Amino acid sequence: MTRSLVALLLLVLAGSVSADDAYDALKASMVDKNHVKTERMERDEIQEFCSKPRGEAGDPEKAKAIREKAMAGVVFPQNGEFLGSWQRGYEVANNGKGLQYSDDPNEPNGGNCYACHKLDPREVAYGTLGPALAGYGVRGQSEVVLKYTWTKLWNTHAYNVCSHMPRFGDQNILTEQQLKDVMAYLLDPESPVNTPYEE
Amino acid sequence: MRKIIANSVAACCLMSAAMGGWTQDSGIFDEYREMMGDDNPAIFVIDEGEEYWFTPSGPKDASLEQCDLGLGAGVVEGAYAQFPRYFEDVDRVMDLEARLEHCMIELQGRSRAEIHAKPYSLRGDQGTEIEALAAWIADQSNGVTIAPRQEHPKERDMYALGEKLFYYRAGPHDFACSTCHGQEGMRIRLQDLAALATHEGAAGAYSSWPAYRISEGVVRTMGWRMRDCFRQQRMPELVMGSEASIALQTYLAVNAAGTEISAPGLKR
Amino acid sequence: MAGKIRIRARLDGDICEVKALMRHPMETGMRKDAAGEAIPAHFIEDVQVTHNGNVVMHAYWGAAVSANPFLAVRFAGAAAGDTVMVTWTDNKGEKGEGDTKIR
Repeated sequence: MTRSLVALLLLVLAGSVSADDAYDALKASMVDKNHVKTERMERDEIQEFCSKPRGEAGDPEKAKAIREKAMAGVVFPQNGEFLGSWQRGYEVANNGKGLQYSDDPNEPNGGNCYACHKLDPREVAYGTLGPALAGYGVRGQSEVVLKYTWTKLWNTHAYNVCSHMPRFGDQNILTEQQLKDVMAYLLDPESPVNTPYEE
Repeated sequence: MRKIIANSVAACCLMSAAMGGWTQDSGIFDEYREMMGDDNPAIFVIDEGEEYWFTPSGPKDASLEQCDLGLGAGVVEGAYAQFPRYFEDVDRVMDLEARLEHCMIELQGRSRAEIHAKPYSLRGDQGTEIEALAAWIADQSNGVTIAPRQEHPKERDMYALGEKLFYYRAGPHDFACSTCHGQEGMRIRLQDLAALATHEGAAGAYSSWPAYRISEGVVRTMGWRMRDCFRQQRMPELVMGSEASIALQTYLAVNAAGTEISAPGLKR
Repeated sequence: MAGKIRIRARLDGDICEVKALMRHPMETGMRKDAAGEAIPAHFIEDVQVTHNGNVVMHAYWGAAVSANPFLAVRFAGAAAGDTVMVTWTDNKGEKGEGDTKIR
């Protein structure tokens, strides 16, 4: 606690930009566009804590509190069924639209998983920002695996405090059904994610 | 009718990025660039930009010839390489678009509303005035070393603000610039991502804008690139020449300093 | 804006390499603009390259050729100083042309 107070004091004394200045500058530099309002630039606790380079750890107490709160906030499927359809899951993983001001708000959001992850080994157009998930289903479908995977999708900050992966459940990016479908894409043995591919 | 075709090669339709492991600067685009040599379609846009500069416009029926881009009224050669910079006449730091807006208002008597109505091309457009001017002005700095001024306190403040904004996580996806551009050797789908907090990453990225984008058939500016990044980050619209736009460009330009401008570039 | 062609013609031994960059929207007719209105088709249909007045290449293009198209052609039997001309006609009947001397 003392360490962060000293750090704050040093920052103020150094005359460098405070976090409020960043928000003020953005508010003054942006305009509402279609259904996307400038209120989106207001940060919550996680965003504020994680507005730093990846190498910077931040206050460990704060980090722990964020992880625990994230974990406590996970909402598991109402009916206890974790897996939907992997075919629909593919659609979610492949769809990069949703929540941009150029998107139709009446259309479902995509998860855009392929932007960052390798999934189906046959798909070459995958990103490398996140770990490769081809063959993810080798983990099986124990309750531990199901809950872990669901939690990662719902709010990854429960495990990785400043992950750059969106909070697909916690932020209502994907519906419960969409999350189940992505779970199936990852865990169903029939899913192409889990079907080996010889190149 | 007999067609005589001897060993001809024609540029083909837009390439989809989903074909076989291509990344931004490898494979088919290297071939394309080699084939074309210096023939970047931006050459036409450069001519158009020069025409805009010297053509009288607005209620004052004046050209932009007296516009001071930092090296004196009407001096365009080498000016872009020193942006963003502090301007005494407005007591603030400006990027190229903010400065052009200023000159259009002051010299030509045009309104801010008109200038901001449609500064960047939309689908189906063949280019805008701002894009053409940026292409010509950047071409006038081609080969010049990037050297944004960092002497005035406001210039240094802009860098600090830009750095803060670079790491600013917000919106429903919690994205910051650093989400995609904060590490080396990453890509999103098949698009290589420059690590913009490093000199190497910023140098490669900043030096090649404005650029002709093959996928859009128009020249795009760095200000546009920032705006479109924010759109993809699920954020609202970034105003052209706004403080945040200037700050982020300052951050990039300073990180890139020392490298030569290689613009207008050619990008997918 | 339409009509401009930048042409370069370079001699390499007996082979002349012509590079031509054309200013043209090459609109397919399949796109809608930002307001949702269909953008009319507007593309080059016919391109010819001539050497001292003789046609060395004649091509029929369509909507698949991208905007501001780039064309490279190599043909034999040229000499420095000869004239190479590139002409195009589009689906609206508009024309473009340009010429250069072979170096």
